[in-house]
Amino acid sequence: MTQTTFIANRPTRREFLKAAGTTTAALVIGFEWLGPARRAVAAGANPTVFAPNAFLRIDADGGVTIIAKHVEMGQGSYTGIATVLAEELDVDWARVRVESAPADVKRYANSVFGMQGTGGSSAMANSWTQLREAGAKGRVMLLTAAAAQWKVPVTDLTTDKGVVFHSASGRQATYGALTTNAAALPVPDQVTLKDPKDFKLIGRHGQTPRVDVPAKVNGTAQFTLDVALPGMLVALLKRPPLFGATVKSFDPAPALAVPGVVKVVQVPGGVAVVAKSFWAASQGRTALIVEWDDTHAEKRSSADMMSEYRKLADQPAASALKRGNAIPTIQNAAQTVSASFEFPYLAHAPMEPLDAVVKLTATSCEIWAGDQFQTIDQANAAKTAGLDPAQVSIHTLYAGGSFGRRANVWSDYIVEAVSIAKAYGADGTPIKLQWTREDDIHGGLYRPMYFHKLEAGLNEKKELIGWRHVIVGQSIMAGGPFAVMVKNGIDPTSVEGAATIAYDIPNIDVDLATTQSGVPVLWWRVVGSSHTTFAVEAFIDEVAHAAGKDPFAFRRDLLEHEPRMKAVLELAADKAGWSSGPLPKGRGRGIAVSEAFKTYVAQVAEVTVDDAGRVTVDRVVCAVDCGVAINPDVIAAQMEGGIGFGLGAVMYGAITLKNGHVEQDNFNNYRVLRMNEMPKVEVHIVTSAVPPTGVGEPGVAPIGPAVANAIFAATGNRVHMLPFPKPTQV
Amino acid sequence: MPTSFVLNGAPTTLDADPAMPLLWAIREVAGLPGTKFGCGMALCGACTVHVDGAAVRSCVMPLASVSGKQVTTIEGIQSKAAKAVQAAWIQLQVPQCGYCQSGQVMSATALLEKDTAPTDDDIDAAMSGNICRCATYARIRAAIHTAAATLTPATGE
Repeated sequence: MTQTTFIANRPTRREFLKAAGTTTAALVIGFEWLGPARRAVAAGANPTVFAPNAFLRIDADGGVTIIAKHVEMGQGSYTGIATVLAEELDVDWARVRVESAPADVKRYANSVFGMQGTGGSSAMANSWTQLREAGAKGRVMLLTAAAAQWKVPVTDLTTDKGVVFHSASGRQATYGALTTNAAALPVPDQVTLKDPKDFKLIGRHGQTPRVDVPAKVNGTAQFTLDVALPGMLVALLKRPPLFGATVKSFDPAPALAVPGVVKVVQVPGGVAVVAKSFWAASQGRTALIVEWDDTHAEKRSSADMMSEYRKLADQPAASALKRGNAIPTIQNAAQTVSASFEFPYLAHAPMEPLDAVVKLTATSCEIWAGDQFQTIDQANAAKTAGLDPAQVSIHTLYAGGSFGRRANVWSDYIVEAVSIAKAYGADGTPIKLQWTREDDIHGGLYRPMYFHKLEAGLNEKKELIGWRHVIVGQSIMAGGPFAVMVKNGIDPTSVEGAATIAYDIPNIDVDLATTQSGVPVLWWRVVGSSHTTFAVEAFIDEVAHAAGKDPFAFRRDLLEHEPRMKAVLELAADKAGWSSGPLPKGRGRGIAVSEAFKTYVAQVAEVTVDDAGRVTVDRVVCAVDCGVAINPDVIAAQMEGGIGFGLGAVMYGAITLKNGHVEQDNFNNYRVLRMNEMPKVEVHIVTSAVPPTGVGEPGVAPIGPAVANAIFAATGNRVHMLPFPKPTQV
Repeated sequence: MPTSFVLNGAPTTLDADPAMPLLWAIREVAGLPGTKFGCGMALCGACTVHVDGAAVRSCVMPLASVSGKQVTTIEGIQSKAAKAVQAAWIQLQVPQCGYCQSGQVMSATALLEKDTAPTDDDIDAAMSGNICRCATYARIRAAIHTAAATLTPATGE
């Protein structure tokens, strides 16, 4: 089966642009060559620098700089981007460095989004052809320059590791020696890409160590936290204690009395303390007295909201998928199975608390951030500052994790920083807005809370003939600029993984009841599949059990028409030794499979449950098909990390509200996975020639249900509420 | 009131609030940004430094408390164990976002400076205070074993 599209339910480019607030005039999709007249601009004043396009620069000493339009937030995008371009350019990996692109939608749009930004596990998918062509065209120009210099046909020349060879005469020249002549040549319109069998870097294990690792091992990697500009001040923002509350009044005097506090300013998001150091700002914020107006605030408890969700699951809802006649089929079935699942709000909690540095003047706004949505952040910063987007520049730095948090259409932390700089006086003083961990845990934009209700019907032959799935929860896209993507009451991010169910079932209903809440919500790593995959894969396991069938075989038999999904399922089962039969008493094995962003992942988890009900996940076997495996080690790392991230969430993750107040504060009561809880992980990558898809998110989806199904195998108990009940916690 | 101590081998006096957490003193006053802020409550380990050779959380340690002591940050680690840890981190491609890794390297180095053949339980005990949201834990464990092997003649090459 050939997959050529990138993500399910993706908007058309026009819709996305409209949603993103950009204009079609600004849209340049795909590869834009800078014409010869503009080459000098790209290369700067130095005529010996070869910069044939927006993604590549070669210096006279042969150093290769590849410009990344995607943020590096841990997922390996810099390495992947460089691998693809360097492969076609044919350069020595050791000479390759990566720098981040400026905010410039004309040159650096994500072709999946139609704007510059990173998300949806799309970095490699949308860079694949663009950057192969960028590298190949650069190589052709260097070859052409050598051929002209040596007066030989281009076809007699070969390249390797940044050197052009003419084997007949024994002549050779480094790319660096050819930059001046190559820079004077026209950029070719067409170029032939390498035959994959000739790849030296792509898919070659060990040939492309991560470009960011050395600096991340010796402390020199620069994050936003590390930005230090002359005269820079640090700001902490006191935000409302309830979502939707606003400032009624405040007394800045106690804060201003703290040594080092420079100014206290009110901004739309609260009251900011601007100081000469983090310590002063922190003490100042503690001292600051603010009275809040909570007239329009969300004051409900999450438990009350969940009670409402349970009732809504029995009410008529919008249809996300309808095939056949599920309700009568299930009513008349020989055997029925039903279950419901509850999912809490989740915080992303990236290791680097949100931060941004802003230098604002009357005519310019310079931003330093681990920026994930450059085009949107540029537009929102401009609006906040009262400037034109062209007056806003963004330095995208390494992001200390994101998991979706930094990609939001409100640009919350960027807008806060700009509004503080504006209230401070827009006098060019650099101001660093620093969130604390408590700000992060209390700060909203959570993965929404959801309730799922499922019913299935089996016929006399124990075949699955009917499936009904009702999802209740908030929409991520409704009410914001992405609302255009909500059609007929269906936010695709609420139902992906459920309405796209791969199992061959003749009668299916998938319905969605969208709820309203004052709690702001956002995509969280693997988005809809962070809950839908749990519901589908835990429930199909219950159905298999009810049918008296092996859970692996039951799934496989329903995936005959989904060869890639079936293949990863079989690969994971095979490598895990599924056919060797059940594990000894107290231990269990569970399986789950999913598709997210057109990457297929299956996982088999092995758990031990002790007499007290404590669960230890001993081993996870993971099979992944993401098309062409550009950097196999990065793929393995993303699967390992996705498993750990997802496991922490199902074991411990929950943001709860009591009368509107978030009950968690920091890593003491918003627990995440730790070293002693990390299972052994094996990753098996399917060999594929299909264009590559992403790996940053899909590894998260199956781990929860795989572990839940393993717990059932070990104990006979099903998990219907996340996080896992307390007795199972270590 | 200034606080004097030895920072990365150099006698240092920082003129800052003695109550200022060591983390912010070494970052904003001494200008060494490799040590990171993650939680401010000694819960995540991103701020781990060595004080007299022991791994401590600098985010909750007042500057005054290191008066007269030896403080080592990621910028200053020089020991054989530290070099082995950093080499193993590169060999096994441990970091993802990398933000926690200064702290991970500091905790792992402190472990290997005392015990060149840690068991998995020893690693759990030494490293469970260091959170990695990218969950690079499996590679951290493997890298500690790899680094240990280069430090222990009996099990090394």
